[in-house]
Amino acid sequence: MGILEGKRIVVTGVLTDASIAFHAARIAQEEGAQVVLTAFPRPSLTQRIAKKLPNGGAPVIELDVTNAEHLATLADNVKQYMDGVDGIVHSIAFGPQDAMGGNFLNTPWESVATAVHVSAYSLKSVAMALLPLFPETGGSIVGLDFDAQVAWPGYDWMGVAKAALESTSRYLARDLGSRGIRSNLISAGPIKTMAAKSIPGFEQFDGVWGERAPIGWDLEDADPTARGIVALLSDWFPRTTGEVIHVDGGVHAMGA
Amino acid sequence: MALTQEDILAELAEIVEEVAGVDKDEVQLDKSFTGDLDVDSLTMVEVVVAAEEKFGVKIPDDAVKDLSTVGDAVGYIQKHQD
Repeated sequence: MGILEGKRIVVTGVLTDASIAFHAARIAQEEGAQVVLTAFPRPSLTQRIAKKLPNGGAPVIELDVTNAEHLATLADNVKQYMDGVDGIVHSIAFGPQDAMGGNFLNTPWESVATAVHVSAYSLKSVAMALLPLFPETGGSIVGLDFDAQVAWPGYDWMGVAKAALESTSRYLARDLGSRGIRSNLISAGPIKTMAAKSIPGFEQFDGVWGERAPIGWDLEDADPTARGIVALLSDWFPRTTGEVIHVDGGVHAMGA
Repeated sequence: MALTQEDILAELAEIVEEVAGVDKDEVQLDKSFTGDLDVDSLTMVEVVVAAEEKFGVKIPDDAVKDLSTVGDAVGYIQKHQD
């Protein structure tokens, strides 16, 4: 029996079959979960990718996390496919090009606001949109982080948005704890996805992880990160909340 | 049986029309996806996924980078089809 047997999971952020969220959805299905995907900006692409999942697909719902109407109708749309929700995978981030790539000192507020709205505030938005579907026994929210404790080359205001995401997750843990809902993040090492391609200077991370990960790190392999997500969705971290779990080959723990 | 260049072009043009909303008559061998047909990078990803499904070929990311024109894509598919 899989560790997600009987669980109903909403997975955001499946864009291609390289997406971390795709691998989370894949392993979730393999472990017995029922999965619904949300998609943006190209639901038709996500629908094509969903066919590559082990169960031969998953329903796809369009969700722009900055669109109030999408959020207001999300629970009803999910209910068409599942009678409740036991877990959410938040794998959504976006920063305008002028918010990254070494332009930190000149980025206008509007671009920063967009990055924080889409990448951090949305964790709360999606959690609240789906809250009515969680059973009394609670559930698990898992978000995707990139270590925001330090400054990175080129990552700039996306790094600030990830710091906001880390804090948002802690406050969700506080305010949803009484409902039995856990909120945790996976702080992953760099993975070559569509999202990574839009980060200027991403290739610099290759060297850092190649040299510093004591247990090694493969930028092409989303499996370790996806397994971490599925573990946090399962009943095997029952009293872990407000936590950031590093799935980064150990880089965060090394001084040099 | 292997598809001819004309067959592949016709099928690919239908995919580009469906995915990117470009009139299929515009999809000619010498047209570039980004410059002439205004296909952005994410739309191109969907064109590639749809073409992989349709033609049963695998088009890796490294190859996609070199497919700047419709003719490049047709040539790649023709060369790699079963």
